[in-house]
Amino acid sequence: MSFLELKKVTKIYPNGTKAVQTTSLNIEKGEFMVFVGPSGCGKSTLLRMVAGLEDITTGDIELDKKIINKIDPSERDVAMVFQNYALYPHMNVYNNLAYGLKNRGLAKDVIEKKVNAAAKLLQISDYLERRPALLSGGQRQRVAMGRAIVRSPKIFLFDEPLSNLDAKLRIQMRLEIKKLQRKVGVTSIFVTHDQVEAMTLADRLAVINNGIIEQLGTPIEIYNNPTSVFVAGFIGSPQMNFIEGELKNNKFKTQAFEITGIKSDFDGKVILGVRPEHLVQANNGLIKFNVDLVEKLGSDNLVYGEIKDKKDLLCYRTPGNEKINSGSKLALNIQENKLYIFNKKTGKRII
Amino acid sequence: MKIKPLQIIAHIILLLGVLLMVVPIWISFASSTHDSVTILTEGMKFNLGDQLSRNYNEVLNEKGGWSEEVTAGKMFINSFIMAFGIATLKVVISAMSAYALVYFRFKLAVPIFWLIFITLLVPLEVRIFPSYKVVSDLGLTNSYTGLVLPLVASATATFFFRQFYKTIPDELLESAKLDGASTWRFFIDFLVPLSKTMIAAMFIFMFVYGYSQYLWPLIMTTSEEYWTVVMGMKIIFTESYEGVAIPRTAERFAYIILSMIPPVLVVVFLQKWFIKGLIQTEK
Ligand SMILES: Nc1ncnc2c1ncn2[C@@H]1O[C@H](COP(=O)(O)OP(=O)(O)OP(=O)(O)O)[C@@H](O)[C@H]1O
Ligand SMILES: [Mg+2]
Repeated sequence: MSFLELKKVTKIYPNGTKAVQTTSLNIEKGEFMVFVGPSGCGKSTLLRMVAGLEDITTGDIELDKKIINKIDPSERDVAMVFQNYALYPHMNVYNNLAYGLKNRGLAKDVIEKKVNAAAKLLQISDYLERRPALLSGGQRQRVAMGRAIVRSPKIFLFDEPLSNLDAKLRIQMRLEIKKLQRKVGVTSIFVTHDQVEAMTLADRLAVINNGIIEQLGTPIEIYNNPTSVFVAGFIGSPQMNFIEGELKNNKFKTQAFEITGIKSDFDGKVILGVRPEHLVQANNGLIKFNVDLVEKLGSDNLVYGEIKDKKDLLCYRTPGNEKINSGSKLALNIQENKLYIFNKKTGKRII
Repeated sequence: MKIKPLQIIAHIILLLGVLLMVVPIWISFASSTHDSVTILTEGMKFNLGDQLSRNYNEVLNEKGGWSEEVTAGKMFINSFIMAFGIATLKVVISAMSAYALVYFRFKLAVPIFWLIFITLLVPLEVRIFPSYKVVSDLGLTNSYTGLVLPLVASATATFFFRQFYKTIPDELLESAKLDGASTWRFFIDFLVPLSKTMIAAMFIFMFVYGYSQYLWPLIMTTSEEYWTVVMGMKIIFTESYEGVAIPRTAERFAYIILSMIPPVLVVVFLQKWFIKGLIQTEK
């Protein structure tokens, strides 16, 4: 039995928006679960239902063997970190951390010990007397985390907590959140629309689209075996290349090239997917490719261009030491077993 | 630093404004330090006289009224109780009703808000007879409760609190809820401290409003024990003095000066909060 179970949960807002379609999900104790998906797909709604900030339209949510549908957020023993942190502006950092403990009626010295321990863990001990208005973005972020940690809740909920930070700080905090979660061992759900954040943080990943969990699995599973065009396109950076064509008699066919020996009986329009990092140059390669633009990242080059005779855009990734000029013509092959074929109509993976 | 002509003009205008406000008060004060006879014969005074302690002593301690029972001191106390009661209750009730209107999302919140707002159109003076009837039926004439109670609801203050609460981000409430704050605690621990400046401002306005009530206490009280300062201004020291019919102008000026002190004190005292709230931006 799992620690947190969503059982056929749906959410329809009073205005009729169907934000979450029937969703079931089990999260184990200590697990770091990430919800990832495009804007408006219902990630926050799902998270807020766990927190109790939104009513559940149908279905049940069970936390630690108790159905919590009707339990007030204040009694659920969950902690949430908001995108804008929602620190208490009129209290100093110490009281921000202590407030939840005070409401629980803990003794003063116990509160002090816990707050100091959490502050030390997050390296905010020096600011305990300050008001949030006098802190930098990163420090506020830490205070928000501290406020969640200090209560040792059953579950941490994060709603895009890093999106207000600059790129460098975001990466640093990402690492720290992961380390912290390992150290404290609290079950966590993290919502983001940044797939890199999702991949790096998650023990398990739920890719959500239009209120439905499209795929659930470890980041590597999802990267290696996306079950739909949507997931394949969403996970991985730069994005997977998609080339439309037709599949017939085990043969994938476009104007530009053909691939034979595909192990599927499917007959009809399909989309071929291949990741930029799974293309290799070969003298008489299958895909003829005109280079438009090379992005030099140092470690890697991202080569963008068009497929000859097909006008499909393609991205190809090479090590940074390889010299490729824009305007040059390349011939590329797909690494063995690294191509994906999706049904164009349903978007589902065929092979 | 160069002084611009515009700045000079601005300062001149401000100075004129200050003069306009201060000169009448100064004349009243200066006049209150003379003998009534002097004022009667020589007109109002700009310079200080030597009767200050005598006049003020008399004002505070002499028994006046028809039955010679009420002193100015007593009237000050009455006025203070009335103004303080009205201001406090107005602020408390408005803050709480605004809280209900904004945070308890019941269906009728908006119509009820407008209903409250409409009461601005019927101030006490308009509904004074029904109000009197109710209060006298309740047996509250000649009591502090009767003086205060009909005035404690405030659409204006409710409106301001409501607008203020609406600017507080929802996440703050949600975050507080997850931290275990009850409905009541959220009000006390968050809304009250966050609206400190608003509370101070409302308290000042409502205190002055309560202090300057005239018609209601006039109708409400038959016993001189409940007379207020503003009523007294009309009534006190109008009678003749030791049989000789000299209007007691100096004493009345002293009385007026004294009557200004409580509201001024309230403003001065709460101003600190005001300014504190203004310089410490909270967000
Ligand atoms: N209070 C609400 N009332 C009505 N509809 C809502 C409400 N909140 C969200 N929605 C709708 O529900 C859907 C899901 O919203 P949600 O906030 O869960 O998206 P999200 O995945 O968190 O997006 P983002 O990444 O932009 O935060 C959206 O279509 C949104 O417009
Ligand atoms: Mg969201």
